[in-house]
Amino acid sequence: MSRAYRKKESKEDRRERRAANLARYKETLKFGFYCISHPLDGFWKLTHEHRGSLAAANTILILAIFTRIIKLKYTSFLFLQVYWEDINIFLYIASIIFPLSLWVVGNWALTTLFDGKGRLGDVYIGTCYGMLPYPLIQIPLMIVSNFVTIQEGQFYSVLSVLSLVWCLILIICGMGQVHAYSAAKTLLFTIASVAAVLVMIFLLMIFFSMVTQGVSYFISIGRELMYRM
Amino acid sequence: MKKRVNKLKIMRRLLSAALLSGFVISCFGKAYAGEDNYTYVYDYWEDVQESPDAYTVARVFDFGALGLSSNLNNPESLFVDGDKVYLCDTGNNRILLFERKGSDQLEFVDEIKSVKGADPETFAAPADIAVDEDGNLFIADRDNNRVIKTDPDLNYLMQFTRPDDSALDAGTGFKPDKIVCDTAGRIYCEASGINKGLLKFESDGVFSGFVGATRVSYNFMDYIWKRLASQAQREQMVSFVPTEYDNVYMDREGFIYAVSGGLKEEDLKNETVDAVRKLNMMGTDILVRNGDYPVFGDLYWGGGGGISGPSYFKDVTVLDNDIYICLDQKRGRLFGYDDQGRMVYAFGGNGNQAGYFRNPVSIEHMGNDLLVLDQLDCTITLFIPTHYGSLIYQAMEQFDNGEYDDAQATWEEVKTLNGNYALAYIGIGRSMYRKGQYKESMKYFEAKYDDENYSRAFAQYRKQWIRENIIGIIVIILAIFLVPMSIGRVYQIKEEIDNADIFKLMKK
Repeated sequence: MSRAYRKKESKEDRRERRAANLARYKETLKFGFYCISHPLDGFWKLTHEHRGSLAAANTILILAIFTRIIKLKYTSFLFLQVYWEDINIFLYIASIIFPLSLWVVGNWALTTLFDGKGRLGDVYIGTCYGMLPYPLIQIPLMIVSNFVTIQEGQFYSVLSVLSLVWCLILIICGMGQVHAYSAAKTLLFTIASVAAVLVMIFLLMIFFSMVTQGVSYFISIGRELMYRM
Repeated sequence: MKKRVNKLKIMRRLLSAALLSGFVISCFGKAYAGEDNYTYVYDYWEDVQESPDAYTVARVFDFGALGLSSNLNNPESLFVDGDKVYLCDTGNNRILLFERKGSDQLEFVDEIKSVKGADPETFAAPADIAVDEDGNLFIADRDNNRVIKTDPDLNYLMQFTRPDDSALDAGTGFKPDKIVCDTAGRIYCEASGINKGLLKFESDGVFSGFVGATRVSYNFMDYIWKRLASQAQREQMVSFVPTEYDNVYMDREGFIYAVSGGLKEEDLKNETVDAVRKLNMMGTDILVRNGDYPVFGDLYWGGGGGISGPSYFKDVTVLDNDIYICLDQKRGRLFGYDDQGRMVYAFGGNGNQAGYFRNPVSIEHMGNDLLVLDQLDCTITLFIPTHYGSLIYQAMEQFDNGEYDDAQATWEEVKTLNGNYALAYIGIGRSMYRKGQYKESMKYFEAKYDDENYSRAFAQYRKQWIRENIIGIIVIILAIFLVPMSIGRVYQIKEEIDNADIFKLMKK
C-alpha cells in the first residue's frame, strides 16, 4: 500500500474498510460451524473458496488453549483432579501449540512433494478450524460438571472423548480437502505426517541434547580456567 | 468408579511426565516414606504426609522384663484373651502365659510344656494358639502334625490331624502354622505347603473343606507362552498357583482376616491379588476397599537401607472399632486401616530403638493397645495410643453411636493436631451430612477429594435447593417457552391487522 494512497483514505473510507474487515472476520468465524457439520464440503470451501481466514483460525486456536487451561480450574473435582503443585501453565499452552506446529510443518513438508494443493497457511487454517469442537463441547461440559453427582457423570467421559474424536476426524478430513486428496491418499498421508512428526521430535531431541552438551563443554572450560587463575 | 478415577489420575501423571521428559526435566522428586517421621499417612496424591504419633511405646519386654529365667527362642505367635497374653515360644517347645497388670506390666503366670493325656504329651514347635469363649485352648503343634484341643485346665480333649482327603496332594504333610477358632468350636487352620485356602475342621474334628483360597493371578504373556510350549517345557515352567496365607485373625463378629505377604509386585500393582482379605463363612472376600489406593501398605517400594519391594504383611489384628492393623515384616511397620479401607496411620521402621523392629512376626491388641512380637530380638513391644490416636478412635466411636455433634467436635480437634489428615475432614463432612448441613459438608469432602460422599451430599443439597426455588424455576422455564411464542403471536396479530381488508379499504 503506497503512502499516497494511504493519505487519500478518508475517515469514512477507513471506517468502511474496518467494518468490511470485521464483517469478513465474523463471516469466516461463522463458517467454522459449517465446517464442523459438513466436513468435506466445508473444508473444500474453506481454502479453495477462501471462506476461512487466518484471524478466525487464530481465534479458534486461542479458544482451544483457553479451554484447556480454564478447564483445570472450573471442572468439578469429581471428573478432573488437579495436582496444582505440578501445574505449569506454559506446558499446557505448549501441549497444544507444539504438536500443532509439528503437524502443520510435517504435513505441509510432505504433501508439497506429492501434489498437495494446500500451502502452509492453508494447512494451519484447516487444522485450527478442525479444533473447533473441542471448546464447543468442553466449555458446556465444564459448566455442567458442577451440577451433577459422580453417579450421573458417565456422560462426562463419553462427551469428553467424543469431542476429541470429532476433532480428529475433522482434522483428517480437512487435510484431505485442503490438498484435494482422495480418501486413501488422505489416510496414507495422515500416517506419513505422524511419522514425520516423530522424526522431527527425534531430531529436535538430538539437537537439544547436543546443544546442552556443547554448552556444558564451554562451561566446564570456563570453570577450569577460573580454578587455575 | 474408583478404578476409573484412579486410571484418570495415572493417565494424567503419564501425560505430564511425557510432556516433562520432552523438556528434559527429571521428575524423581518424590520422597520415600517415613525417612524423617515415625508416623505418616498417604494423602490423595499418594504423597507422604507426616502425622503426629498415633501410638507410643509403653515398654519393650525382653525375657528379663517378662520374668523368665531363660531367653525365648524363635517365638512365632502371640494371642491375647482378655488380660491374658499367650506367647508361643516355638523354639523352646513351650507356650508362656502372662497377665497384664497395669499399663506397662506383664506378669509371668504359667509355662505350658505338655498336655495331659495327649500322645505325645509334649510339643514340637508349637506355632500358634487360640482360645475359645469357654476357655478351651487350641494349640497348633506343628512338628507333631496336629492341632490339640484342651480344656482350660490343660486336659486333652481331642486333636485335629492331617485330613484324609483327596483334595490334599499325597506328598503334602500337615504342618499347622496359624489357627483361629470360632464360637461353634470350628477351627480354621493355615498350614504350610497348602495353598488351597484355610483348612476348616468341624467341632468334632472332621475336615470339611478349604475356605477362601487366594486368587490366582497370571500374566497374559506367560499364559500365551504356556499354550505354545510342549508338555515337557510346560513342566519346567513355574505353574500358576495361589499364594499361601501368612496369617489369620478372627474378629469379634467371626469374620476371618487373612494376610499374605510375599506377593509379586506387578500383581499388587494390577490389583490381581490381595494382601489382606476379609473372609465370611462362605470364604468370600468382603473387605471394603474404598480407599484412594489398595490395602497393601507402603506405596513406594524403593530400596531404602537395602530393602526393596512391597510391604510383607505377616500378621493382622482387628480392633473392636473395625480398624485393622497390618504388620509389615519387611520394613517393621504397622499400617492401620479403617472399615472403609482407608489408611488411618502408618508407623514404625527397622532398627534397634524402642518402637522399631528387626523381624516382627506377630501383632495382637488388648483394647486399643498393641502388642508386637519380634522374633529376632525376642521381645514384646507394647504400644499405647497417644492423645491423637485416642481422639481418632473416640471420633469414630462417637460417629458410630450417632453422636454427630460430638464426633464433629472430636474430628475438629484431630484436624487441629494434623491439618493434612484426610479422615478428619471426611469425618467432619460426614457428621455434618448426618446433621443435614449438606452445603457445608461438601466443602470438607471436596478438600480431600472424596467424590462418593461429595456426590451424596450434593444430591441432597440439590434436592433441597430445587424444593426451595421451585417457583422461580417454573417461572424461568415458562418464560423461556412463553416469551418467544408470545412475541411470534404479537407479530402475527400485527400482520393480520396490517393485511386486514377493512384497513385496506380505508386506505383506498
